[in-house]
Amino acid sequence: MSLQKDIRSFIVDNFLFGDAGELNDDSSFIKEGIVDSTGILQLVAFIQEQYLVAVEDEELIPENLDSVSKVAAFVEEKQRLALENGAVVGEAT
Amino acid sequence: MKQGKEFGEEVLRLDPERETGRICARIRELMLTRVKRRGVVVGLSGGIDSSVTAALAVRALGRDRVVALEMPERHSAQETLTLSGMVAASLGIETAVEDISGILEAVGFYRKYDEAVRMVVPGYGEGWKSKIVISNNIDHPGFTLFYVVAQDAQSATSTVRLPFKPYLEIVAATNFKQRIRKMLEYYHADRLNFAVAGTPNRLEYDQGFFVKLGDGAADIKPIAHLYKSQVYQLAEYLGIPEEVRKRRPTTDTYSLSQGQDEFYFSLPYEQMDLCLFARNNGIPAESVACVVGLNPEQVRSVFRDIDVKRSTTRYLHLPPLLVDDIAWD
Repeated sequence: MSLQKDIRSFIVDNFLFGDAGELNDDSSFIKEGIVDSTGILQLVAFIQEQYLVAVEDEELIPENLDSVSKVAAFVEEKQRLALENGAVVGEAT
Repeated sequence: MKQGKEFGEEVLRLDPERETGRICARIRELMLTRVKRRGVVVGLSGGIDSSVTAALAVRALGRDRVVALEMPERHSAQETLTLSGMVAASLGIETAVEDISGILEAVGFYRKYDEAVRMVVPGYGEGWKSKIVISNNIDHPGFTLFYVVAQDAQSATSTVRLPFKPYLEIVAATNFKQRIRKMLEYYHADRLNFAVAGTPNRLEYDQGFFVKLGDGAADIKPIAHLYKSQVYQLAEYLGIPEEVRKRRPTTDTYSLSQGQDEFYFSLPYEQMDLCLFARNNGIPAESVACVVGLNPEQVRSVFRDIDVKRSTTRYLHLPPLLVDDIAWD
């Protein structure tokens, strides 16, 4: 499963009772009322555990986390930077 | 706000005598026609809101129809009982002290709380103190983040961002305090055939700063329409002791001293009141900025925070939802 599909699946399962409805990959979680501040904590826990990336305080902003596309791009960028720094990246099994 | 009137602190100025009379008349009317109990129990915390609520109840119903409950626990500030006792004495009302530490111990609160903090501060335990604080969303716009501030026995402090699980565990455990206090308020109300008066001000009521079935539960909420600065105006008129009026608002919930603006609101109450008033009355950020000492973008950030809190906490106000409405008449 691609990163984007994986994240979309997490959002749909955890916040929409499995029914994607009108959700598209650019839907704003906040504006659509899909994820609130507590939900963001849950999302961050998911990407930290699933993709083994650390999320810093200053990265917890809508530009990084407010849609499926943004989260996927953010995780990809984190993984790319980690690779550049010689870290082992991947997915938790 | 009337057209042409400039926005400033005076928009929150009220006539305390008139407002007191209006609230007391309404308390009597609601108690007679809706609540149908002949007295109220008020949980006195030593803070301004519960003090004013009790004072209004005394004026509305008479001192013999108001009972104050003082409910400290081992994390309460030392001055809490002194201040609440001072208020009760000045009002001449009966009080009951219920130390809730034993109940909290029995439900496992202290153990659960400490275990949750240890998820992020492994050494946390006996002799330590802590509190929860929120990120500053005005200077650093983003999602609201929660941190635990932990202080060891040598007073060294560390601040750690709370991940999802420990955050929920800490909030869930801490909510025991408000719910146990409310349970005791209803115990005393039932034994006296009284009702329970809740003490939220407008900031708390509007922004969802309460625990459902905890401090959010009550039969009557006499000051829920008043901005915090207006509660202070009534406090002075009602003769609430100066020590209570001079004290900064505190949650008195965590073992480390914690201001309400550290835990929930983006700003101290004086600025928060004005921003909420402006939001409610369609006053543009540009007109608010210089009055509250922020720039227009910061005020817009506060407005957004107000909207988000309203939206995310609205369910706290809801009664249990039914599949089909049931008509009473």
